[in-house]
Amino acid sequence: MIQFILNQKLISTETPSGENLLQFIREHQHLKGTKVGCREGDCGACTVLVGTLVNNAVEYRTVTSCLASLASVAGKHVVTVEGLNLSDGLNQAQQAIHDHSATQCGFCTPGFVVSMTSIIFDNPKQYQPDDAISGNICRCTGYKSIEKSVNQLDRILNKTEHSLSWYIQNRFIPEYFKEIPERLMLTRSDITPLKSDGMRSAGGTDVYVRSSDDLAEQNIQYLHEHNKIILTSEKVIIGAGVTVSQLWESDELIEILPLLRTHLRLISSKQIRNMATVAGNFVNASPIGDLSVLFLALNSELTIRNNSGSTRKLPLKSFFLDYKTIDLHPDELIETIEFEKPKSNFFYNFEKVSKRQYLDIASVNSAISFSFDKQILKNVNIAIGGVSAVPKYLTKTSEFLSDKKIDENLFREANDILQSEISPISDIRGTESYKRLLAKQLLFQHFLVFTQNMSA
Amino acid sequence: MEHTTKNKDSISHVRGTSIFVDDISEIRGTLQGLVFDSPVAHAHITSLDISDAERCTGVVKILTYNDIRGENQIGGIIQDEPLFAEKEIHFQGQAIALILAETLAEAKKAQKLIQLTYTELPVVTSVRQAHKNGRFTNASRTFRKNDAEKIFAKCDYVFEGQVFTNGQEHLYLETQGAYSVPLENGNIKIYSSTQGPTSVQKATAKVLGVPMHRLEVEVNRLGGGFGGKEDQATAWAAMAAVGTQITGRPVKLILDRHSDMRMTGKRHPYESDFKIGLDKNLKIKAYTATFYQNAGAAADLSPAVAERTLFHATNSYNIENVEVTVHSCKTNLPPNTAFRGFGGPQGMFVIEAAISKAAEALGVSAHKIQELNLLKDGDEFPYGQIASETLIQDTWNKAFTTFDIEKNIQQVADFNSKSKYFKKGYALMPITFGISFTNTPMNHARALVHIYQDGSVGISTGAVEMGQSVNTKMVLVATLTLGISPEKIKIETTNTTRVANTSPTAASATADLNGKAVEMACKILSNRLKTESARLLHLTDIKQISIKDNQVFVSEKLVEISWEELVLSAHLQRLSLTENAHYSTPEIHFDKSKEKGHPFAYHVYGTAFTVVSIDCIKGIYEIDSVKIVHDFGKSLSPALDFGQVEGALVQGIGWMTMEELLYNEKGRLLSNSLSGYKVPDIFSVPKIIEILPLETVGHKHAILKSKAVGEPPLMYGIGTYFALENAIKQFNPNYKHKFNSPLTPEKLLNALYDNHPNEF
Ligand SMILES: Cc1cc2nc3c(=O)[nH]c(=O)nc-3n(C[C@H](O)[C@H](O)[C@H](O)COP(=O)(O)OP(=O)(O)OC[C@H]3O[C@@H](n4cnc5c(N)ncnc54)[C@H](O)[C@@H]3O)c2cc1C
Ligand code: FES
Ligand code: FES
Repeated sequence: MIQFILNQKLISTETPSGENLLQFIREHQHLKGTKVGCREGDCGACTVLVGTLVNNAVEYRTVTSCLASLASVAGKHVVTVEGLNLSDGLNQAQQAIHDHSATQCGFCTPGFVVSMTSIIFDNPKQYQPDDAISGNICRCTGYKSIEKSVNQLDRILNKTEHSLSWYIQNRFIPEYFKEIPERLMLTRSDITPLKSDGMRSAGGTDVYVRSSDDLAEQNIQYLHEHNKIILTSEKVIIGAGVTVSQLWESDELIEILPLLRTHLRLISSKQIRNMATVAGNFVNASPIGDLSVLFLALNSELTIRNNSGSTRKLPLKSFFLDYKTIDLHPDELIETIEFEKPKSNFFYNFEKVSKRQYLDIASVNSAISFSFDKQILKNVNIAIGGVSAVPKYLTKTSEFLSDKKIDENLFREANDILQSEISPISDIRGTESYKRLLAKQLLFQHFLVFTQNMSA
Repeated sequence: MEHTTKNKDSISHVRGTSIFVDDISEIRGTLQGLVFDSPVAHAHITSLDISDAERCTGVVKILTYNDIRGENQIGGIIQDEPLFAEKEIHFQGQAIALILAETLAEAKKAQKLIQLTYTELPVVTSVRQAHKNGRFTNASRTFRKNDAEKIFAKCDYVFEGQVFTNGQEHLYLETQGAYSVPLENGNIKIYSSTQGPTSVQKATAKVLGVPMHRLEVEVNRLGGGFGGKEDQATAWAAMAAVGTQITGRPVKLILDRHSDMRMTGKRHPYESDFKIGLDKNLKIKAYTATFYQNAGAAADLSPAVAERTLFHATNSYNIENVEVTVHSCKTNLPPNTAFRGFGGPQGMFVIEAAISKAAEALGVSAHKIQELNLLKDGDEFPYGQIASETLIQDTWNKAFTTFDIEKNIQQVADFNSKSKYFKKGYALMPITFGISFTNTPMNHARALVHIYQDGSVGISTGAVEMGQSVNTKMVLVATLTLGISPEKIKIETTNTTRVANTSPTAASATADLNGKAVEMACKILSNRLKTESARLLHLTDIKQISIKDNQVFVSEKLVEISWEELVLSAHLQRLSLTENAHYSTPEIHFDKSKEKGHPFAYHVYGTAFTVVSIDCIKGIYEIDSVKIVHDFGKSLSPALDFGQVEGALVQGIGWMTMEELLYNEKGRLLSNSLSGYKVPDIFSVPKIIEILPLETVGHKHAILKSKAVGEPPLMYGIGTYFALENAIKQFNPNYKHKFNSPLTPEKLLNALYDNHPNEF
């Protein structure tokens, strides 16, 4: 049985834990405010809030309910647009949309209302207000009115984190949110029965796109352990279940990799980042996996544990064997990914070009890390996606660049080696020749960003 | 009188209580429909075996063309489109069968067990190939003014070129769908997400083999249409209704996104050839163009779309000698259909390309040629209509002065001279768009207005609400005409039993047509009520009586009769509180045998100035600003009208930049999901959109002088294409215009480095 609170209502259900949350909301609970636009995480019409009890308080995040399993909300608070409605008039997000005529056909609107309300749960030092709606598509308005609505909320919030009762008083969320922490403490958070032969899902943003129907009929293995980021004096150790948003929100990590948030902003949308895990990205093994490329360039190492409890370590660059083939046995799970904590004079950059800059899959992406000592490059690690069967660690190019004096020509010259290491194919993300050109350009872009950073 | 009206649905939208077809509470016993469609684009069907699938748990029936009691035909203009494929398949995604099951999950399992065998036939996706093969969905058309070919010889400059504009997926957020419910005696009620309730009713009646009055089609609202639900909502409604006819049970059929993208037609891709001749003063003397329209596998709305391409082939310019021809080429793609602009954008792109080509060759700015050739009153369009109340020059001038365009252009040049890897480009885009269905017989509408005895009002029209706020405009019209507050007015669903024989909600003309009908009905009711007031007040003349703010006034002085009292009194006097008015646009006519006439009630004008920035390393771009002077007439509701401009502009920009439809040579749609087909998100829209209404008196044929606004602004998006090409030239001096849209990052990067004079 799975228990969770849906808006104000305690749900106890025997529905298989793999059932999709959107389906459950609309078809089992007949709450029709949450809309179906794509069932692939790409439109945001199905956005809901999921609140998790953490130290007696509830942390809310948006997710695309079309990709969420029931298992993933066990013991949590799920809030749909209906659960944001106030008894006497509009909440602030609704009011802002109304004030600026930011709804036309209205189909995307409930999703926007939920996403915009979620701004109150974001740390304003870490997020821009429009990050919250990065996963919401509107085909009618052209977004300008939506931008104005978001700005209106931003003005009211004044880039300050307020208390839950302030949000209630100021009409962001209804009164009943106050009781949720206490109610969640009384809610069962286990997912029983947990069958170990069920399909696996972590964030679900990969498996639910591919196999939602199959998952719906079974109790799944919900992988939600190992969700911490640990920094020691030597290492950065990231749990397999850490989400992209957790990376984003780790101020310690940002201190080491100052551009990381800009990089992560290029990955999917807020809703998806709230769900997507690092291990999911590796195991998905897409040749253009952004996190795979990011971590390859950090020369990372995986820790993998099997059913019997023994672990092994494996460099990430050895993990990807061939197209969608990885070095992972079915009875193994990834536990962590770690990399050496960079010392001073360290540079790290990630570049991604896609048809649409945000919420799109890369045509080509690339990441680089190196340290430098008086203009001499050391320990260069460069990785690239979209140009071979796997996310590619560029061994020869990395070697070529190492121990050389950094200048424009060096990066120009490195291109020949890079080109010899890649083997792009033409597909909907671009022709072979475009991807080769782009690979060259992104290599050069790394150099430009480095020089800009140095001069800044 | 200026209103800051809100969309009347905005409260229910934000609260999530607005009801779309998929949200209707299902009646117990409802069956779920799932379409089985063709996996190939062109083939002979050799066998279709549904027996295993039909034996699946939960499956009630699998429908094929054999189950159709009427005609297996849903073609609108031309009867060339079967509901279910019979012997031949003409495009990938063509419906072959409909699975009806207790649950969708059961239907999906059955779908996998349907066995289809076929022999494949050659697939044609290219218009040039179809043209060569002589395959057309409908007759080619030519509009002619004087003799262009002859004049070319006398021109100082003549340029020729080719243009490609790709299609565009509508991507209405709400996918296609219908819900069909049995009534007694074999009658059926269909809830449909359609822009054309009458089209659904008419086509479905034919398929079912019943008279139209047996079917009631109801539309509450659409989660976006953009033309994609003008004709192409019909199939799903008809299929659901066949299901109800055969099983006697309610049937719901909602397409999932992949099916919707795969099975439905889109904006037509066009390939075009142009030839433009100018004199040395840069006056365009002659222009010819041939448009090869990719109609897809059936005519659908292609003939009408093709026609509008010709109507807008010269955009905002007066050209003395014109000959433009369009061929609707039959290919093995899904039948392409209406999309905001309806062929107009494709036509306008080509003349803009021709001008840019001339400008490139002559080393002048395109906007100089544009400006020198703008339309004036008295000029004759190639289709014979004489330009009147022409405002294109006004919008152009106002844009130049208010936005200080000359200075902006200088700033762009300054930026470019200083920046190595970032470049800016700009373009001007004037638009002149005709309002009316170009098929004159469609320009009519009706409104049914009930005043209930308590003073509340219910209005039915043929207009379909799809986000354009037409219902809000109807409320405004009724409010102003009856003199009562908007809360008293309810706009009913669009239903064929209340308003019959309607034209689809399209051509930007719906608010005009239906609004005029509402205005007429309300005027009659208002006069009747004034007469009743006169009786109550013992006055003989109703001229001095007015109704305002829910009160009766005599010679502008309040008398003690409220709206409610007046209505009740009229009711007790046995006066009718219901009116049904009919409006048909006056003056318009068009003779297709001569291709001349006066097809448009009026034109909408505007000028947009676009500035873009490109990143020459990564080949990506941003739109800095689009500044527009637009002719709204006397806008009934600026907030709503501005929303239409912004939305249409961004859709137009999407068409020109990132929205890339990709079919392979087998006719398979590769850009078949939201992850493979990108529409603008919040980060890709122009950083600044500035809209300035041109102050005008409005037009008498526009509803309360507030001009139609739905489609015209889409074409401002074309400016983005030309601004991008302009920016490319700043980086790569060897670049020559390609006129190949959309200008994706891939094409942009290639353009930046192709044949660049320097090594990189
Ligand atoms: C709309 C959308 C946009 C996207 N955009 C991007 C993008 O921009 N860039 C990008 O790189 N990706 C993108 N993705 C893909 C996806 O979000 C990522 O790959 C994500 O990291 C997958 O993580 P997950 O936890 O959701 O995976 P899941 O779907 O839960 O799992 C994927 C696979 O990983 C396995 N798995 C998960 N955890 C473990 C573990 N600890 N040990 C062993 N196996 C495990 C699962 O069994 C499953 O086979 C996008 C997806 C969507 C839906
Ligand atoms: S339905 Fe589109 S994101 Fe879920
Ligand atoms: S209002 Fe129609 S999709 Fe946003």
